[in-house]
Amino acid sequence: MLTITNLAANAGDTPILKGLNLSVNPGEVHVIMGPNGAGKSTLSNILAGRPGYTVTGGTIDYDGQDLLELEAHERSRAGIFLAFQYPVEIPGVQNQYFLRTALNAHRKARGETPLNGADFLRLLKKKLALVKMDPELARREVNTGFSGGEKKRNEILQMAMLEPRLGLLDEIDSGLDIDALKAVADGVNALRSPERALIVITHYQRLLDYITPDYVHVLMDGRLVKSGGADLAKELEARGYDWVRQEVAAA
Amino acid sequence: MDAVHDRLQRGYEAGFESLVESDTFPPGLDENVVRAISAKKGEPEWLLEYRLKAYRSWRLMTEPTWAHVNYTPVDYDGISYFSAPKQKPALKSLDEVDPELLRTYEKLGIPLREQEMLAGVVAVDAVFDSVSVVTTFKAKLRESGVIFCSFSEAVKEVPDLVRQYLGSVVPHTDNFFAALNAAVFSDGSFVYIPKGVRCPMELSTYFRINAKNTGQFERTLIIAEAGSYVSYLEGCTAPQRDENQLHAAVVELITMDDAQIKYSTVQNWYPGDAEGKGGIYNFVTKRGLCKGRNSKISWTQVETGSAITWKYPSCILQGDGSIGQFYSVALSSNLQQADTGTKMIHIGRDTTSTIVSKGISAMRGQQTYRGSVKILKGAENARNHTQCDSLLIGGQCRADTVPYIEVKNASAQVEHEATTSKISEDQLFYLQQRGLSAEDAVSLIVNGFCREVFRELPMEFAVEAQKLLEISLEGAVG
Repeated sequence: MLTITNLAANAGDTPILKGLNLSVNPGEVHVIMGPNGAGKSTLSNILAGRPGYTVTGGTIDYDGQDLLELEAHERSRAGIFLAFQYPVEIPGVQNQYFLRTALNAHRKARGETPLNGADFLRLLKKKLALVKMDPELARREVNTGFSGGEKKRNEILQMAMLEPRLGLLDEIDSGLDIDALKAVADGVNALRSPERALIVITHYQRLLDYITPDYVHVLMDGRLVKSGGADLAKELEARGYDWVRQEVAAA
Repeated sequence: MDAVHDRLQRGYEAGFESLVESDTFPPGLDENVVRAISAKKGEPEWLLEYRLKAYRSWRLMTEPTWAHVNYTPVDYDGISYFSAPKQKPALKSLDEVDPELLRTYEKLGIPLREQEMLAGVVAVDAVFDSVSVVTTFKAKLRESGVIFCSFSEAVKEVPDLVRQYLGSVVPHTDNFFAALNAAVFSDGSFVYIPKGVRCPMELSTYFRINAKNTGQFERTLIIAEAGSYVSYLEGCTAPQRDENQLHAAVVELITMDDAQIKYSTVQNWYPGDAEGKGGIYNFVTKRGLCKGRNSKISWTQVETGSAITWKYPSCILQGDGSIGQFYSVALSSNLQQADTGTKMIHIGRDTTSTIVSKGISAMRGQQTYRGSVKILKGAENARNHTQCDSLLIGGQCRADTVPYIEVKNASAQVEHEATTSKISEDQLFYLQQRGLSAEDAVSLIVNGFCREVFRELPMEFAVEAQKLLEISLEGAVG
C-alpha cells in the first residue's frame, strides 16, 4: 500500500529525514520508535501533508499514486488518517457536527450520498460503542476542555468513523495514565483489519503490551536503521538506543 | 490561504441593473425638496412641520467624524432625495405591480408571491427605492389586530399612533444622520401589536437601492403594547453601483409592560469592489425603548455588506426589570470598514443587558467594536454581560475594541470579556486532515465562532445568514 523510498526531508530549514525507506502492506501494524528529534513526527506530518515541511529527495508511493502530488484533504479522502499527538481545539463546533461534515466530505469524494442526520447518529452510536467512548464527548465542542485521555479517544473515534486504509498514530499514548492507555489501545485494536494498515509512533514499550505489532523499526538520524519484530521493542526498553547506534556505526 | 483570498474576489451576486422608470428628483436638498417629498406623499401638515423642523436642525449640525472609518465625504447636494417607480398608489393585487419590479424581486429571491409566503409563513413588506410597493398578508394580520404596513400607509391610516411615537426614541436632534432622516425619510415599515397579542407570524422587509445617486432614508417604527410579542426580520440587498450610496435609516422600537420585540437583520448591501470603489455607506440609528416593566428588546444582526458600516443598535432600559440584548456577527473584508456596536442604558431597577459581538476581519477589512454600557444613578441591581470576540483572517486586517463602561450605581454588576484570535494553521490542518477543503475548514471554524449569535436568529434567517457568511468569507477565514 505504502512504499517510501529514500525519503529526504526538512522541517523548516533543518534536514531531518535522510534517506528513509519503509514498505507497509494492508493488515500490517508497524511501530516506529527512536530517540527524540530523530524524525518520527516529521515522518507522520509529511505523510499527512502538513505545511512547513519540504521533501528534498525520494518518493512516496501510495496505492500507485505519488502521494506528494496530493493535498492534505485529498490524502485524507484517499484513506490516510493521522491521529495527532496534540489534537487542537475547535471551539463552537460540536464534535458530532464536525464528524458528520468530515464523513460526508469523504462520502462525496467516493461518489456516495451524504448521510442524513438519523443515519449518521446510528453510525455514530455504533462507533462510540466500538471504541467504548462516552457519548457525551460527541456533543461537546471539538477537543475543547477535553482531558488528554479524552482527546486521544476522540482521535480514535474519528478514525473509527472515517475508516481509513492507512492510520498514522503519532504518540497516541503520550500523556495517558494506565486506564486511559488501555482504553485507547482497545479502541485501536478494535479497528485492526486485514484491509487497514497502521503506523504507530511511540517512545514506550508499554503501549505495545496492548497493541501487538507486526514490525518494529528504529528511526535514528533520519533513517530506519533497524527493523525487527515485537521482541525488538522489548530489547529497546531494556537497553535503550545506544547499542543500536553502535551497531549502526560499526556496520 | 490563497484559495481563500481568491474566493473573496468573487463578484457580488445580487448586482444587476433594474430598468424601472424612476420618478427621481434632481440632486440637492433645501426646504423646497422637503416640501416636495411631503407633497408627493400627500402627508398631513403636522408631518411636514416635523420634517421642516428636522431639516432646519440638520442645517445647523456638523457631520460627526469620530468614527474609526475613512471615506470619501458625502456630497449632500449631489444626491437625489426622492426616487419612486412610476406606479399607482394603493395596489390591490400583485397583477398591478410593474412586471420589471417583480422580476427584480424574483432575481433577488424575494418571495413576493403570497403563495410562496404562505409556505414560509412570513409576511413581506417590500420597499423598492423610496416607496413601498406591496404589503401582503395585511388581511391576515388585521384579524389579530396587528398593523403591518408601509410607513406612508400608517401615516394615512393610523396618524395618531404615528404622531404619538415618531421621534420618541430617536429625536430628530439626536445626531446628524437622524436629523437628515427625519427631514427626508422616504418610507419604511410600521408595526403595531395590540395588547396581549402574540404576532402570529414573523414580519419581514426587504430593501433595495436602485437608481444612481439616490440615498435611502427609510424609517421604521414598531410599537408593542403591553403583553405583546413580535419577531421582525430585516434583510437587505442592493445592486452593484459605482458611486457610493448613502443609507441613513432610523429604526425606533417601543415595548410596553411585559412586551417583547425581537428585531433580526441580515445585511448584504454591496460592499464595494476589491479596490474599495462603490459600496453602500450604512449609517443607521437603531434604538429600542423598553418603556414598560419587564419588557424586552433583542437586536440580532449579521452584517456582511456595506463599504462603511456605522451603527449601534441600542436599548434604553427604562422599565423596571427590562431586558436588552444585542447579538451581532459583523464581517469586514476586502476594504470594508465598520465602526459598530451597541449602547445599553440602564435607567430602571433590576434591568439586564447582554451583549455578544462577534467581529470577523479579513483581507484588508477593518472593524471597530464600540460599545457603551451606562448604569445611571437610579438603576438599582443592574446587570450587564458583554462578550466581544474578534477573529482575524490573514495578516492585513484589523480589529479594535472601544468599550465605554459608566457605572453610577454601586449595586451594579458589569462583566466584560474580550478575545482576539486568528484561525490557526493547526486548526486548518486538523480539519484538512479529516478531509475538509481549506474553504470548508474556514467555514466550519467561523460557524463555530458565530454559533452563539446564529442561535438567536429565527430559523429561516439563520440558514440564510450562514450561507451569506460562507459566500462572503470564501477564502477569508482565519
